[in-house]
Amino acid sequence: MASTTVTPTKMWSGGKSPFNVEYGKLMMWYFLMSDAFTFGAFLISYGTIRFSTNGWPDPNKVFKSYPFAGESTNAPLVFVSIMTFILIISSVTMVLAVHAGHKMDKRGVVKNLILTILGGLAFLSCQAWEWTHLYHEGAWWGHNPFPNADMTASSTNFTNYFFTITGFHGFHVFSGVIINIIMLIMTLTDKFEKRGHYLMIEKAGLYWHFVDLVWVFVFTCFYLI
Amino acid sequence: MSNEAVVHTHHDAVHEVHGDHHEHHHHETFITKYVFSQDHKMIAKQFLITGMFWAVLGGLMSVLFRLQLGYPDSNFPWLHSLLGKWAENGHITPDAYYALVTTHGTVLVFFVLTAGLSGTFANFLIPLQVGARDMASPFLNMLSYWFFFTASVVMLSSLFVETGPFSGGWTAYPPLSALGDASPGSKTGMDLWLISMALFVVSSLLGGLNYIATILNMRTKGMSMTRLPLTIWALFFTAVLGVLSFPVLFSGFILLIFDRNFGTSFYLSDIFISKVGALPNEGGSAILYQHLFWFLGHPEVYIILLPAMGMVSEILSVNSRKPIFGYMAMVGSLFAIAVLAFLVWAHHMFVTGLNPFLGSIFVLLTLLIAVPSAIKVFNWLTTLWRGSIRFTPGMMFAIGFVSLFISGGLTGIWLGNSALDIHLHDTYFVIAHFHIVMGVASMFGMFAGIYHWFPKMYGRYLNNTLGYIHFWVTIAGAYMIFWPMHYEGLAGMPRRYYDYGNWESFKQFIELNRFISTVAMIVFAVQILFLFNFFYSIFKGRKMTQLNPYGANTLEWTTPLRPGHGNWPGEIPEVHRWAYDYGKDGKEFISQTAPVGADESHH
Repeated sequence: MASTTVTPTKMWSGGKSPFNVEYGKLMMWYFLMSDAFTFGAFLISYGTIRFSTNGWPDPNKVFKSYPFAGESTNAPLVFVSIMTFILIISSVTMVLAVHAGHKMDKRGVVKNLILTILGGLAFLSCQAWEWTHLYHEGAWWGHNPFPNADMTASSTNFTNYFFTITGFHGFHVFSGVIINIIMLIMTLTDKFEKRGHYLMIEKAGLYWHFVDLVWVFVFTCFYLI
Repeated sequence: MSNEAVVHTHHDAVHEVHGDHHEHHHHETFITKYVFSQDHKMIAKQFLITGMFWAVLGGLMSVLFRLQLGYPDSNFPWLHSLLGKWAENGHITPDAYYALVTTHGTVLVFFVLTAGLSGTFANFLIPLQVGARDMASPFLNMLSYWFFFTASVVMLSSLFVETGPFSGGWTAYPPLSALGDASPGSKTGMDLWLISMALFVVSSLLGGLNYIATILNMRTKGMSMTRLPLTIWALFFTAVLGVLSFPVLFSGFILLIFDRNFGTSFYLSDIFISKVGALPNEGGSAILYQHLFWFLGHPEVYIILLPAMGMVSEILSVNSRKPIFGYMAMVGSLFAIAVLAFLVWAHHMFVTGLNPFLGSIFVLLTLLIAVPSAIKVFNWLTTLWRGSIRFTPGMMFAIGFVSLFISGGLTGIWLGNSALDIHLHDTYFVIAHFHIVMGVASMFGMFAGIYHWFPKMYGRYLNNTLGYIHFWVTIAGAYMIFWPMHYEGLAGMPRRYYDYGNWESFKQFIELNRFISTVAMIVFAVQILFLFNFFYSIFKGRKMTQLNPYGANTLEWTTPLRPGHGNWPGEIPEVHRWAYDYGKDGKEFISQTAPVGADESHH
């Protein structure tokens, strides 16, 4: 038996973390894996239904407006590109916040966390506008005013999936913003200074990047394909 | 600050805090000790006793619907007193019958054999056997229990709503589950069912993350992965399965909630349903739900089975006084089962119109599971082979598990073939198969664990005589209940029917059904005997006086008789060898904490 004779490698021999991460970060990674399966199930369901349906609306004709634009504006995907850009920039500021945490730079953490929170709020506001706009055009769960790309009548599953999945993602962004606000308060009250490390910021960062990554897939599935 | 430094300060801090705790004995109130406890041992007991509550309720439901199946033409006035309008004239109504069947399935699969089994033993054994003070996050661990508790309350309340609990089968297939108008049980009962299950998924996720993090990160010095007892390996794969499969079910449920309440068509299409009429929906697919459900549903049977397998491996080895045969093969087969669990879900869907070519791939993958299963069975048998077996009640149940796993597993090979499944699908053959291999076998694993670790849990022993009565009646009863169902299924008798009296071909089974129902009631009564033994022994059982009554090697037997929060006073013991050095070099057993001697032979 291998167990008594072979000296196990140091990393796995017990008494320490084999990955050199504390348990909270490990749990966050496994949680993200679990959450990836949730989104995976949603997107695969979407794909299944879409490919078993005869036609589907053309995203260029659905998502073509932006705030304060006239009725006849035709700016396909411009607004959602801005949204996406904002979210990706907020990931950059999150990286900077984590980096500042490594250097025990409280000021840097506070500044970049605030920017990240603002980015998240901006994304959520954009989404709120887009939902409101679509709602006024008659789109909602169970209602789809947009015809298929070949102008035949479309089933409601385009809007059903759009609102469910972007809504579920938006809920994740919202939770991320709340988590970041808690992190900000903890930073301002010197919780992390007293602990001697900003590890919590890193874990919040993992979650935030994951939410960003999911958006890339959601964006691709609903706006590009 | 480097990551490494953080990790190390963290660990030292934990040890200091707990060490402190032990010397001074902080005052604990009733609330922090018994209710909102963060001690993994107390949380394990909470899971166990809540699971027992559900087992009694779920078992009682099966007795009630067996009463209908065994005596379809009789009236029982006491049923009317018990169930009111659900049993007019002392005769269970069809709606009540389906509600009973559905709730029995849901409760037994999720609340008893998932929460009650892995919730109990993962919580109890992981920190004790890997050598940790507690779970990685005791707080999330406590939340895990309370989410389960809340799920239980919601499920229980669904039994009392006016339209009754959900009655569309534990798999909750749409359109029955998606349309409130389809049946009384699909109204409020179904909403409560979904809420309860969503809470349950959260509980399972919080627990699973903790189990994984604890096993990977909190092992004591010297406890390498290949020195872990097989219980821990099994609980590890169980947790991974849960963390990766429950979220898919969760997605499926969210889509179902939208279909029920917000006019979407994820699972509904333009079909015609009697009493409801033509649906306005378009483009959805009811089969989609089945894919999402069984992507959880199949791993779920291994979530139920693996902890039982792990505990049985440990108990068989301890009580045969022999090392487990083929330790690495056992780990490898657990891993193989965990991987294959994700690749076989469509074998539940052979008759849905699945492409036969795709079906043949799922047949192949399904039959592949026979390989790791057979490895495990032969390793158990070879562990028993020429051992000095001690027939403790725990050991009896462990051997019973192996017997049931073989009997039930072999019929799995029948059902895994899509051609045979066309005939056997939705018959009593399926009922017999999964009750033996997953239901009763896992219950046996759970009983084995309870009998074996009860002294560690409560510092007292269970009564052995009652244990032997419990074992023999249960195993004989299990075979008498489920063996005849194979014949009924082969004869084409469908499952989930309320009354078979209308069919000439099934009249031959009237007596057999009555026999099954009678045995079911006797077996249920014996479980009450077990419950009496359990609760009586907590307070009045024979006291445990030795630290290591079984002469076992694992770490939980190095803790004090009644370990406090933190498990070991002083230092956590260091581990020097694997958990299965039984009968080595003339020594009956060598604890994992004993250093390898200079004169000791190597394997």
